Amino acid sequence: MNKEIITDMCDSTPQTKKNTKRLFIWSVVWVLATAGVAFGPKNLWNFNTLPTILGVLIHIGIGFGMIRVFKQYLLELDELQRKIQLDAMALSLGIGLVLGSSYELLEDIKLIPFEPEIPHLIILMSLTYVVGTVLGHRKYQ
Amino acid sequence: MKNRLKVLRAERDWTQANLADELGVSRQTVNAIEKGKFDPSLPLAFKVARLFELSIEDIFQDAPTASTL
Repeated sequence: MNKEIITDMCDSTPQTKKNTKRLFIWSVVWVLATAGVAFGPKNLWNFNTLPTILGVLIHIGIGFGMIRVFKQYLLELDELQRKIQLDAMALSLGIGLVLGSSYELLEDIKLIPFEPEIPHLIILMSLTYVVGTVLGHRKYQ
Repeated sequence: MKNRLKVLRAERDWTQANLADELGVSRQTVNAIEKGKFDPSLPLAFKVARLFELSIEDIFQDAPTASTL
């Protein structure tokens, strides 16, 4: 990735910088909540039902909060930056759908010995989104 | 679509960053419009026209594409 693309990716209005910071904080909180729900029942409250249900509800609530903040982030981007983000999201969704459905079949048709996991799909979609964003910035450089 | 944005900006001795600030967009967006890589929306085109006190047609010209020739 050359220096100009990095500069373009960081180039934004003060409002966008503020929104990016807010989105980053919400994303970190959501990741922490995910870790809490994943490891809490076994390591913190010994599979007690009530804290587990509360943990799941909090996790979902924070997830919806993150979606709201991301929507606000997209709305306040300028039109080119929004186009780059939406193109990257479309690429990520398309690749995730096509490869995800094929990947899910691999175990059924005995091409892989393990069960496909959702985190693998999340990693694939995240990486595709990052690649899509970089390609978008390069296209309009 | 072709445009005279770069010329108009140069006449006023503005940098891309100056113009971006005036329009409330990123410098990358100004650069992409100047290079003809990105066509602005109608509201942004009107904003540009108001800023330079010209009509939209004085700034942006439709460039014929292969399908319209």
